[in-house]
Amino acid sequence: MQKKFGGSAIFLDRSDINTDEIIPAKYLTEVTKEALTPYILEDLMLDGFDAKGEKLKNATVVVSRENFGCGSSREHAPWVFEVNDVHTIIAESYARIFRQNMFNCGMLAIELPKADIDQLIALQQQGDVTVSVDLDGQAVTAKAGSEEKQFSFNITQFDKALVEAGGWVEFADARY
Amino acid sequence: MGKTLAEKIFETHLKDEPFEGTKVLSLDRVLCHEITTPVAIADLEWRGKDRVFDKTKIKAVIDHVTPSKDSKTATQAKMLRDWARRHEIPDFFDIGHNGVCHAIFPEKGYIRPGFTAIMGDSHTCTHGAFGAFAAGVGTTDLEVGILKGVCAFREPTSIRVNLNGTLPSGVYSKDVILHVIGQLGVNGATDRVIEFRGPIVDAMSMDARMTLCNMAIEAGGTCGVCMPDMTTVEYLWPFIQDEFASKEAALADYSKWVSDVDASYDKVLDIDVSDLEPMVTFDYKPDCVKPVSEMAGTKVDQIYIGSCTNGRIEDLRQAAEVLKGKRCTDTVRGIVSPATPKIFQEALDEGIIKIFMDAGFCVTNPTCGACLGMSNGVLAEGEACAATTNRNFSGRMGKGGMVHLMSPSTAAATAITGVITDARTL
Repeated sequence: MQKKFGGSAIFLDRSDINTDEIIPAKYLTEVTKEALTPYILEDLMLDGFDAKGEKLKNATVVVSRENFGCGSSREHAPWVFEVNDVHTIIAESYARIFRQNMFNCGMLAIELPKADIDQLIALQQQGDVTVSVDLDGQAVTAKAGSEEKQFSFNITQFDKALVEAGGWVEFADARY
Repeated sequence: MGKTLAEKIFETHLKDEPFEGTKVLSLDRVLCHEITTPVAIADLEWRGKDRVFDKTKIKAVIDHVTPSKDSKTATQAKMLRDWARRHEIPDFFDIGHNGVCHAIFPEKGYIRPGFTAIMGDSHTCTHGAFGAFAAGVGTTDLEVGILKGVCAFREPTSIRVNLNGTLPSGVYSKDVILHVIGQLGVNGATDRVIEFRGPIVDAMSMDARMTLCNMAIEAGGTCGVCMPDMTTVEYLWPFIQDEFASKEAALADYSKWVSDVDASYDKVLDIDVSDLEPMVTFDYKPDCVKPVSEMAGTKVDQIYIGSCTNGRIEDLRQAAEVLKGKRCTDTVRGIVSPATPKIFQEALDEGIIKIFMDAGFCVTNPTCGACLGMSNGVLAEGEACAATTNRNFSGRMGKGGMVHLMSPSTAAATAITGVITDARTL
């Protein structure tokens, strides 16, 4: 079943946010996704960021910079977003394994060029940013206060099929 | 137009192309460890699909936290162990026989030129040293691999790194790869295979080649590869001698995987290593590298020699050469983890373990250990470690700790002085 995308955005304005920052290795001893919930982004190095704050708690969209999710292959990184209802990530680029893990879980790792991310981040000045995603139209709409901006994105047919199928297990099981 | 090694492997293993640009490959190896596999096992059980596609192509090991440190890690180990027994997976390695996955699987001869392999571990790129396409994947890819023996990829392009010149004495494969990562950057090879070529690679042992390929992921690479040659054949010979009439015949067969001379590359990097110094990382990204001379004098609290990058016998020999007859200074804690029982035994037989113990090192069992701060050797806040591992992310070896990546030789020299030291100056 397809997940719900979009919603309230939080901005992690830094490149190379790695999977150890998203979910530290010491929590990889958990064998359920749900158990990871409180540890989201616990070790993130970012000035002013509060991993226990309301901002993150309310967010369902993460916006970031280049090479998001680099490092370990741990799917615990997408899972910790999933169990915190963050099903949409928008960044300039991703590490390969993290990107695939997102789509494999039926979640969205949307890539936008730097200029678009700059605009998205600037939108915060107007207030809290809400994002909606039109998967078929391949467009992201971001609203803050009275301002609205639209960006188009590319998604491969395969990644879109994974999102629609609800993940890679479902897709592969039906096909192979 | 010729083909790269990766392109040849993709072509021969292509099972399906559900959409343009998406290649579903058949897998020769699905490798498993106790951290990323249990969730896949649980999900397969929940789906009523607790099956394996081919028990002889699946290899499993308990390596990250072993012996188990608490109830949770004991449960993870038990889940993998019970699953391996239930499916009668012949090649499963538990206490007494287990070692770091990317050291023990090659050591057992499981990886061959032209193979495809996946594992729920980012350093799976190590196995490309054999001329294989080996990629780290997440648990969902692993789960589908276990069940169906396939994995989907966007076909990667290749970056060719030509390593030329003469490697100075005291400068090793680890220094070379740190330098290459410094040149490429942490995402310089994303969605690409890094092909290591040139006379420096040709002269390297398989151990040294595995160190190179191991860190391809630190530049974002899908896999690092070396071309199969006589060194590869010699390493694999005990496992392949029944398949081939002679080593020459094996080489002739494996040579079909070597990239064609007219293959095309995304990027070609020519690096002359003749003036390369031992390299050390600073800060929290593996592309933050400096020559040891610029880092000399930086104080550390712990030395860690081991891991899938540098826990093999040649690495231990390299460190022992520096440590022989010397001692760790009082301000540092030295820890060495031989990567497999075979390596441990060889190190015992060669007197290397005695050198480490005489130097005041703690010798642990084969395990991933301190590298990712999951079991032993965790740093306290504000502490620094001179480590032969692969990742220096913030918090990697413990919250608030700093990891300086370096070669076993530099780590050993640093153990003696307590500050980052070029072994050649001792």
